[in-house]
Formats: sequence, structure tokens, C-alpha cells
Amino acid sequence: MGPIVIAIGAMGVLGLALSVILGVASKIFYVYVDPRITQVADVLPGANCGGCGYAGCSDCAAAIVEGKAPVNACKAGGASVAQAVAGVLGVSAVAAEREVARIFCKGDSAKAERKFKYMGINDCRAAMLVSGGDKSCSYGCLGLGTCVANCPFGALSMGEDGLPRVDDEKCTACGTCVKVCPRHIPKVVPVSQKVASLCSSHDVGKLVKEICEAGCLGCGLCKKACPEKAVEVVKFLSVVDAAKCTGCGKCFEKCPTGIIQSLVFTVV
Amino acid sequence: MEQSWFMFILSAIIVNNILLIRFLGNCPFLGVTTAMDSALGMSAACIFVNVLSGVLCWIFQKAVLDTLGLEYLQTLAFILIIAGLVQFVEMVIQKVSPALYRALGIYLPLITTNCMIFGVAVLNIREDYDFMHTLVYSIFTAVGFSMAMVIMAGIRERMLIARIPKLLDGVPLGLITAGMIGLTFYGLAGIS
Repeated sequence: MGPIVIAIGAMGVLGLALSVILGVASKIFYVYVDPRITQVADVLPGANCGGCGYAGCSDCAAAIVEGKAPVNACKAGGASVAQAVAGVLGVSAVAAEREVARIFCKGDSAKAERKFKYMGINDCRAAMLVSGGDKSCSYGCLGLGTCVANCPFGALSMGEDGLPRVDDEKCTACGTCVKVCPRHIPKVVPVSQKVASLCSSHDVGKLVKEICEAGCLGCGLCKKACPEKAVEVVKFLSVVDAAKCTGCGKCFEKCPTGIIQSLVFTVV
Repeated sequence: MEQSWFMFILSAIIVNNILLIRFLGNCPFLGVTTAMDSALGMSAACIFVNVLSGVLCWIFQKAVLDTLGLEYLQTLAFILIIAGLVQFVEMVIQKVSPALYRALGIYLPLITTNCMIFGVAVLNIREDYDFMHTLVYSIFTAVGFSMAMVIMAGIRERMLIARIPKLLDGVPLGLITAGMIGLTFYGLAGIS
């Protein structure tokens, strides 16, 4: 009997001592955590994409509850998450328009020339280190799929032609692709934007004509054709202002030699 | 204890590296080495907890278990002490230093079940170390652990941009890498 009693006693005392210490410590070292932070964190997507600018979803939740970030801070979650967060906090959500990423380059493997054959690490950022990438165009998509590999929502895929495709349904406009692309080809635009100039090249028209069949020459005919003054030419690249554009289509009818026509697309 | 302190420390860090030679604490070795940041955070938390738990368990063994003749309850007692200690440390850090808590906080609960912490506590007793040796051994085993974590994280960050066959990507390649680093360290086995 003796050893058993000693063993039970010793372990009992140890367990008791530890639980008393922990119990006292939890009172002494109590830190108030707003319960709403956990509630808000629960309704956020939890993908930790970083699209809101905070380290992760729990950081974003803390910022929302403290009032440092708006209720719709989570772009990835969209309107439904903003509603849920607003429900937790007891305020009304302002519906932000849904956005999606678009690839601002149409120079696929058939249309854009390459300076040399790149055979290094399969990553656009690595390819950029080899004399600025293998594409002749210093603004165009390198097509190695860094954006595809980094998309936390699986919304990007690499097309046969060497350009990434965006799945509008899956894209949450978190902006990860914009950040990882060494050439900043993907851009986040409102889903309702009807017309966009899908080229990123600021090269002069003559050079663009030589190296890419799908590049903006910066001739400005689209600007002249636009009745709403929604098109601007910035450094040999036409840019469409989504706020003014009505989607009439006059700009891409005027685009010379059919080159820019392929740059401009219409979303129904 | 004929070894000099220098050889003792060298042995704790490199020759008998807890991760690569003894293969204790492999969960964090494979789990949190995908990024250097988390590897460093885990290492720092491990050094901190390892020293505290090693010393506390040694004191408990000598003061209670040995005097009462309860050596066979070592495993149970050490697990209790480590679990309680980690909880306590977590609470204290959260109150005293929110910045440190943000850096180490998520790793502390993981450490409760880290084999290295328990392994070192048991090894201290099995090797019959005195108090100073226990303290030094606990510190430098954890330093060796950190070194292995940093090596692994460095290699895995490189792997992120390498062309890896789908078959091997992720944990399989992690295990192969761990084995190869381990083999490299076996080359040092003769020292000491």
C-alpha cells in the first residue's frame, strides 16, 4: 500500500500545485481580448491572403473591431463577408463593388517575340534577373506562371498560349497576383468595367510594332473616337477610365490595323 | 564528466545534434521550416522553453522523485511540468510583452508536445548531469535545434523556386532533405 499512496500523493500534489499556479496566473496575467475580434475572425474567409494589408485574417479582424479598418476591409470576402462582419458589429455595411483581376497583356507566345530561350528556374521573378526577361517587350507577361502559383484562391490558370487566365467566379481581387508579378501585369479592376486597354507597354509605337502583334501603339485614335472622353494616352499607352466609359465600342472600332481591337474587350 | 566544457557544448550543438542525430522534435522540423520567419520564431520559443523545462524537471527529479523513490513516474511528472510551464509562460508573455507574444505566441502551444523538450529533460537525468551541465546542455541542445531549423528553412526556401517533380513536392522532399542533412552530420560523429 505504501508506495502506491506515495505515488498517488506525489502526483496529486504536483497536479494540484500546477493547477493552482495556472489558476492564479490566469487571474494575475489576465489580458482583456475583445470577444468580437474572435467573432469577426470567424466570419472572415481565413485564407490569410493579405489583400487587406494586414498580416492575416486575425490581424484584420482586430483592426476592424478597433475601428482602424472599414467593415468591408476584406476585399477577398466581398459583399457577403462585409455583411456578416457588419452583423457582428451591429452596423450597416456599405456595399463595395466586386472587383476582379485582369491580365493587362495580350502578347501570347504566337504574337510577342522573344529575345532568347530562357531555361532557368520556372518563376517570372527569376526570369527577370536574366537580362530583364526573355520577352522582347520589357513590359509584357513572361508567362512562367508566378501569379498562378501564388493565387491563394486558385482563380488563375496558365493558358495554352502562355498567358494566364482569370476565373471571374473564383477571383476575389485580393491583389496577390499584382504583388508577386515582377512586371505588374495583373491589375484589379471593377467587375463592371466594360472596356480596357489590355496592354502594359509604354514603348513607342514603332518599337511595339516590331516586337509584338498585340501591343498598344499609343496612336491616340481611340482617344479621339471616344465621345465620353474616357480614354487617355499616357506615355504611348491608352488607358480607359472605367468611371466615364459607357462601353459604346467606338474606340476599338477605330483602332488601326486591327491591333488594338484585340486589346479591348467587352464584358456583358 | 571528463569532457571539457568546449567539447561538451560542441557535442550538444553539432555532434549529437538533437534533430539530426537523435531525431527528436521532427514535427516542427518538417512543419514550420517552410519559411525562415516561422523557423526563427519556433527556434527562439524552443530555446526559451527548453532551458526552463530542462532545469525545472531536473530540480523536480532530484528534489521529489529521487527522494521518494518514484523514478518510474518520471515520464508522467515531466509531461505535467512541461505542459503547465508552457501554459504559464504563455500567460506571462501575453501580459508582460505583447510584442514578444505576437512573435512567439502561436508557437508556444505547439511546444507543449515537442519531443525535444521532453527528450532533453529525460536525457539530463539519464546522463546523470549535475545542475550546471543540465543548464548548459539545455541551452546548447536548443541552439543546435535552432541551427538545424535554420539550415532546413534555408534549403526549403530555395526549393520553392526550383522545378520539383509533383511526386516529390512537399513532405516527401522534406523527409529526403532531412535524411541527407542528418547523414552529413553523422560525418562528425568521431569528434568528442
